[in-house]
Amino acid sequence: MGNKKSPRSNPKRKNGQCSCNREFVKNVLEKYNNDPTRLMDVLIDVQEEYGCISDEAVDVIAKTINYSVAQVEQTLSFYHFLSQKATGKYAVYLNDNVVSEMMGREEIADVFEKEVGSKFGNVSKDGKIGLFNTSCIGMNDQEPSAIINKRIFTKLTKEKVKKIVDGMKNGLDVEDLPGTDVKSNILKQGPILIKDSVLGDAIKKTVQMKPDEVIEEIKQSNLRGRGGAGFPTAMKWRFCRDAQGEKHYVFCNADEGEPGTFKDRIILTERSQLLFAGMTIAGYAIGAEEGILYLRYEYKYMKEQLEQVLNNLRKQGLLGKDVAGEKGFNFDIRIQFGGGAYVCGEESALLESAEGKRGEPRDRPPFPVVKGYHQQPTAVNNVETLCAVAKVMHNGAKWYRSLGTLDSTGSKLVSVSGDCAKPGVYEIEWGFTVNEVLELVGATDVQAVQVGGPSGKCIAPNEFNRKLAYEDLATGGSLIIFNNKRDLIEDVVLNFTNFFIEESCGSCVPCRAMTVQFKKKLEKILNGNGVKQDIEQMLSWEKVMQSNRCGLGQTAANPILSTINNFRELYDKKINKDKDFISDFDLKAAVAESCKTANRIPNIGGDNG
Amino acid sequence: MSKPIVATTSLAGCFGCHMSFLDIDERILDLIELVEFNKSPIDDIKTFTKKCDIGIIEGGVCNSENVHILKEFRKNCKILISLGECAIMGGLPAVRNNNAPISECLEEAYLNCVSVQANDEKIIPNDDELPMILDKVYPCHEIVKIDYHLPGCAPRADLIWNALEALVTGNEMDLPYEVIKFD
Amino acid sequence: MDKILVRINGKDYSAEAGKMVLDIATENGIYIPTLCHYEGIKPQGSCRMCTCMIDGRKMTACTTPVTHRMVIETQTKELEEIRSTIVELLFAEGNHFCPACERSGNCELQALAYRYKMMVPQFPFEFPNKQLDAKNSKILIDHNRCILCKRCIRRKKEPENPTWFVFKGRGYKTQIAVDHEMIDKEFDDELAQKAMDTCPVGAIIRKEKGYDVPIGERKYDKDPIGSNIEKGAKL
Repeated sequence: MGNKKSPRSNPKRKNGQCSCNREFVKNVLEKYNNDPTRLMDVLIDVQEEYGCISDEAVDVIAKTINYSVAQVEQTLSFYHFLSQKATGKYAVYLNDNVVSEMMGREEIADVFEKEVGSKFGNVSKDGKIGLFNTSCIGMNDQEPSAIINKRIFTKLTKEKVKKIVDGMKNGLDVEDLPGTDVKSNILKQGPILIKDSVLGDAIKKTVQMKPDEVIEEIKQSNLRGRGGAGFPTAMKWRFCRDAQGEKHYVFCNADEGEPGTFKDRIILTERSQLLFAGMTIAGYAIGAEEGILYLRYEYKYMKEQLEQVLNNLRKQGLLGKDVAGEKGFNFDIRIQFGGGAYVCGEESALLESAEGKRGEPRDRPPFPVVKGYHQQPTAVNNVETLCAVAKVMHNGAKWYRSLGTLDSTGSKLVSVSGDCAKPGVYEIEWGFTVNEVLELVGATDVQAVQVGGPSGKCIAPNEFNRKLAYEDLATGGSLIIFNNKRDLIEDVVLNFTNFFIEESCGSCVPCRAMTVQFKKKLEKILNGNGVKQDIEQMLSWEKVMQSNRCGLGQTAANPILSTINNFRELYDKKINKDKDFISDFDLKAAVAESCKTANRIPNIGGDNG
Repeated sequence: MSKPIVATTSLAGCFGCHMSFLDIDERILDLIELVEFNKSPIDDIKTFTKKCDIGIIEGGVCNSENVHILKEFRKNCKILISLGECAIMGGLPAVRNNNAPISECLEEAYLNCVSVQANDEKIIPNDDELPMILDKVYPCHEIVKIDYHLPGCAPRADLIWNALEALVTGNEMDLPYEVIKFD
Repeated sequence: MDKILVRINGKDYSAEAGKMVLDIATENGIYIPTLCHYEGIKPQGSCRMCTCMIDGRKMTACTTPVTHRMVIETQTKELEEIRSTIVELLFAEGNHFCPACERSGNCELQALAYRYKMMVPQFPFEFPNKQLDAKNSKILIDHNRCILCKRCIRRKKEPENPTWFVFKGRGYKTQIAVDHEMIDKEFDDELAQKAMDTCPVGAIIRKEKGYDVPIGERKYDKDPIGSNIEKGAKL
């Protein structure tokens, strides 16, 4: 692991609220030039120092940047890892996504609660240890996993948890806590991941061409965005370059939040030079001087390492002034952390967040390529896309076009997890079938494969012969495998639905409110009170979900809708076919509290249900 | 053909909807020509004496007796109508749903409220004959299947008349803008 | 300004480039339901009520600028179903007990429910238990009625920072919040009235004044919301 850092200083408590050193907060603000658009950085730094952002800290921040207190809280309250309440000297965030559950999360959570002596969602009485749930932290190949003060603990077992809690109770540094650190798990390398020692060359080759020629080269490669939507990269750059603005920006979207996706994690830790080369090339092509890597908070543990790589690149003249010796091409990269919000993976929400605001997606048009970061033309590209860019520039478009299929050139990094022998990252050429991947990873008795995460679709074996490609089965890069022992609706769909409820930004009505109604329907069916109309009703809500502003909202019901479409028999088995109405009402439960208060024994008779 | 039979009741309501029903004024004479009443406060028949065609429910469901009567109505009526805001969404009694758990409501009402007198033994009524209070006030359609909803507090007399007439005659329901109101 | 041509519901209209679809429709007597939209406030497109088929895609009319030869459908069966479902969602999500609300009769959400002849929402009621905020001397905020349209937050204020109203939390836990200190210091009767008028529902209520207009004379008692726009239709 990187530098040893002591765990956060114990917050001094005042009326149950942690307090802070005003000078410290002021210094943090100054570090970011008292700039309100750097509010995220300020909040994150304060959170890390004290384990919370106290009322006092909020007050100092508000006064310094001329915000109202409520305004600071507006940003703060949006992010999962920022908190106005104390989170403890050690803040444990245990992943609760579906694969973590499959790998025994419940048992691990029980041990944490028992050993710490408090429940999830709370901090132990002595203020030392906070236990919290969190959605996918990008470790699906090594679950159950948790984050404790930035450090990741993977493959947790009961014994490990006991040792970790012991260590925390004894006040050990987080770095000294016993635990297993992140494993790379690159199980198949392809054209992107194979190391060639020529990274600088890609940039040098690039700067010898005109920016328009660079865009043309990318266009010839047919490279499309790897985030999921598959927008042609060259077209994005063209629009961005042609847009008028005082400044242009390159963003790398490293907010890898789609549950089950962890391919960017291995690029960021193993191939970050490639990524930075790609960003530099993008900067050259669109005419930007600043590149920003928007990194999800869960990947905070990578910070020191990434900064080191950036410094090396600066030393090599591959970042900074006159990059690669090209007079007048100045380009540098900084890292912007998020605060824990899936929706920030949507490019316009990401930009809002990078500007120190709530990560609410923007209305489009205008698109970020025209009005992006600080209302300037901005190209937001996925981590993997930018790596491919560097390889294209190094090996040529022709080489790249020779890989994959006609419509989907190149390769795809796929994060595979769930019920299989070898979970990890596989780089495959586009055109591989699902069956071929399943064979590669050692998956047997497969009931279903979740392609592209919860927002993608859940497919049954009759579709396993489909190809992974934009023209067939498009994916942002994750496959989660469920074998026949899993209860697809109860174990998987419900978990995904909860995820979307938690991660909705709350702006669009259908995304905010309909997800909750979907869950209620699902629970009604799981409780044995479902009728056919419940399923029909859910299907009729699909069009309403389509009216949401962003991709998150539009796909938030996909877990339910795609399983109704592909696994209808599972739903049919759970409903009552001969009835057209069943109430969820339970008389016994409904009178329990009042009878207890009035000290009487409930007399239900034959009226229940 | 025999006349359609109508039953009505008020659960957790204020009888305002029934009052509004009577506001159809002289049309009540036409109505009596059209339908026969069974269990209803209008004719004071206390229990169902035969199967009915239309059951009209005023009020939401706040206690076990309401649940019982509502289910009786469902059993005995071909068509059930939720009449008024309380039946449709809990109404005024459901304000407690948004405020406090039932334990607090009972304690406030019988123990802590300033107007409580002569309850030295601190008793919350618990005789077995009393209906048991539900954790919240439920809209009728969350307990049994309801076929039609006529909103309003109280529903306009014209709305009730138009709806009933349409149901009885089989004609299309005529619902002008002015008659659908939630207050 | 450049004049361009757009087709709305099969009929061609000339329009000023750069204006929003909603404005062009309104100018031509075509009513598109809205909730988060408010004259004079920068549109945001969060209620999704004004979703139209614009060049074959579902987009919000309030935030989409017209372009030459744009084809717009404002009232298909599917769109109307989306809209009425959104109204139902909001009724189920909050506490909209109209008889006890001062805004009844002047409420845009209620008016839309009337327009869509909503007898009962298809969703179970949530009965939220959110706090009633009466801390300020001039206004009262009932979070149970708030539909999170952000109109209070987005309304222009001089100077722009610091702001009075904000969003707090996210997802279904989102609520508006206010800077009590600032509002107490800065709000007079006029600002309080403005805040109440900006709210489409009864979430922001001015204190010490109310129920001025008798039943029967309120904004939506006799005519459906949008009918003023439709009456202005050029034939």
